Amino acid sequence: MERLKVNLCGLEMDNPIIPASGTFGYGYEFAELYDINMLGTFSFKGTTKDPRFGNPTPRIAECTAGMINAVGLQNPGVEKVISEELPKLAKCFDKKVMANVSGFSIEDYAYTCEKLDKCDQVGWLEVNISCPNVHGGGMSFGTSPEAAAEVVRAVKAVTTKPVIVKLSPNVTDIVAIAKACEEAGADGLSLINTLMGMRIDLKTKKPIIANKMGGFSGPAIFPVAVRMVYQVAQAVNIPIVGMGGVSSAEDVIELMLAGATAVQVGAANLVDPYICRDIINDLPRVMDKYGINSLSEIIGGVK
Amino acid sequence: MRQLLFEIKENKPLTKDIMEMVLAGDTSDITRPGQFVNIKLDGLYLRRPISICDAEEGKLTLIYKVVGKGTEQMRDMTEGNLDILSSLGNGYDTSISGEKPLLIGGGVGVPPLYMLAKELRKEGKEVSVILGFNTKDEIFYEEEFKALGCNVYVTTVDGSYGMKGFVTEAMKEIDYTHFFTCGPEPMLKAVWNASKTSGQLSFEERMGCGFGACMGCSCKTLTGFKRICKDGPIMMKEEILWKD
Repeated sequence: MERLKVNLCGLEMDNPIIPASGTFGYGYEFAELYDINMLGTFSFKGTTKDPRFGNPTPRIAECTAGMINAVGLQNPGVEKVISEELPKLAKCFDKKVMANVSGFSIEDYAYTCEKLDKCDQVGWLEVNISCPNVHGGGMSFGTSPEAAAEVVRAVKAVTTKPVIVKLSPNVTDIVAIAKACEEAGADGLSLINTLMGMRIDLKTKKPIIANKMGGFSGPAIFPVAVRMVYQVAQAVNIPIVGMGGVSSAEDVIELMLAGATAVQVGAANLVDPYICRDIINDLPRVMDKYGINSLSEIIGGVK
Repeated sequence: MRQLLFEIKENKPLTKDIMEMVLAGDTSDITRPGQFVNIKLDGLYLRRPISICDAEEGKLTLIYKVVGKGTEQMRDMTEGNLDILSSLGNGYDTSISGEKPLLIGGGVGVPPLYMLAKELRKEGKEVSVILGFNTKDEIFYEEEFKALGCNVYVTTVDGSYGMKGFVTEAMKEIDYTHFFTCGPEPMLKAVWNASKTSGQLSFEERMGCGFGACMGCSCKTLTGFKRICKDGPIMMKEEILWKD
């Protein structure tokens, strides 16, 4: 359907809907449920240079209108992602995928991105400098404009595909970091990653999550996402992938009005595995309701 | 896995905090005992994973313990529909049970063994079952297992009914070819230590999705990292790597 199409960093997408990294595995689990080729694309599980088990369990805690996770970037490592996960994905997904990358040093990011950049299946690189669940890496690059820019420059130097930098909301001034990434050559930005959160079990008086704290996501954080996408959109000239608690076609349109070119859906996939399919199917109805002819026309259209 | 609506037909207490809920709906996806369903409840963000006690054509039986907000909400339901992801997890493999399987359940770990016992009896196996509880008031399903033609042993920690002690006391007396167990982790470990044959153990963990997407319930095993919801909840005795 023409009216749902958007262009993200030079690549056309049938619609703006992208399941977010960490909520959609490497795609094939969901392909058992519906034809995932109907998605705009999806962002695969955060991949690092070396295999990782991640954090001890429990890794999940429920919250009002959301959840906290502290998975800690469990993944088989970039070599296995390329040799095992991508071939499996090729059997059920014909489109370009968004490759989500994390690291613990500038060299890690560059190494992993360079490898994935060479894969035909990869359309975009999403560089996660905002994982709140690992020590000595992830978010530490996303909380300083200088460190963020350094990662972007290192990745851009060894890649050819669009580089989208995933930003943390756990900062004083997200606009400064967004601008630093843009100046360093980022082709796009995605935001927001999870907010740092914590829950305590009243019976045991211990944190519910083994890692104590984790990333808070779900509908509760949607207003924070709208605000930050809006603030960043006012300040940069590169496309924004908006995310944070999106659970309906109405949310997608709201985030696009705030300035998002495409929209990721995260936690909602875990409680309703068909949510992305349903949102895509529902978009034309909601667009009609609000007199929207084409989604690409409403990007940043907030008055 | 499918997302389905099930209609609540019955919801009654078996003990002070153990409830039995009978639902009507499409159970055709449930292929093995030991699988579970994930239930959406009003006002709660995450689904609640509950093990399947029994599945017949059009009829699903769940037994759950009231432990928190989700199960309290379930306890108070008398009618209506439940949004359920069915069926999840690998389930028990009955093909390697041998002729004399032993089933060991502890507390709210007992329910999934009911459908397992039923399957094994259907296959003509001589089934022994140990049901372990803390005290007499907590006992449920003893008669149901007996009605299937199983040799049933009940243990209570305080000795108020059946054999006094843990399930491992009863294990000493039974001749078996393979074991299947479900219960609290310390019990699983004790059974694992006491067992003389190969066996299958059902594990529990806080889950995000329940179908393998989020990596929320991963564990380390001797055969690699596994997701308890998708690659489990049943693990083979030989692959288990205990946390401590």
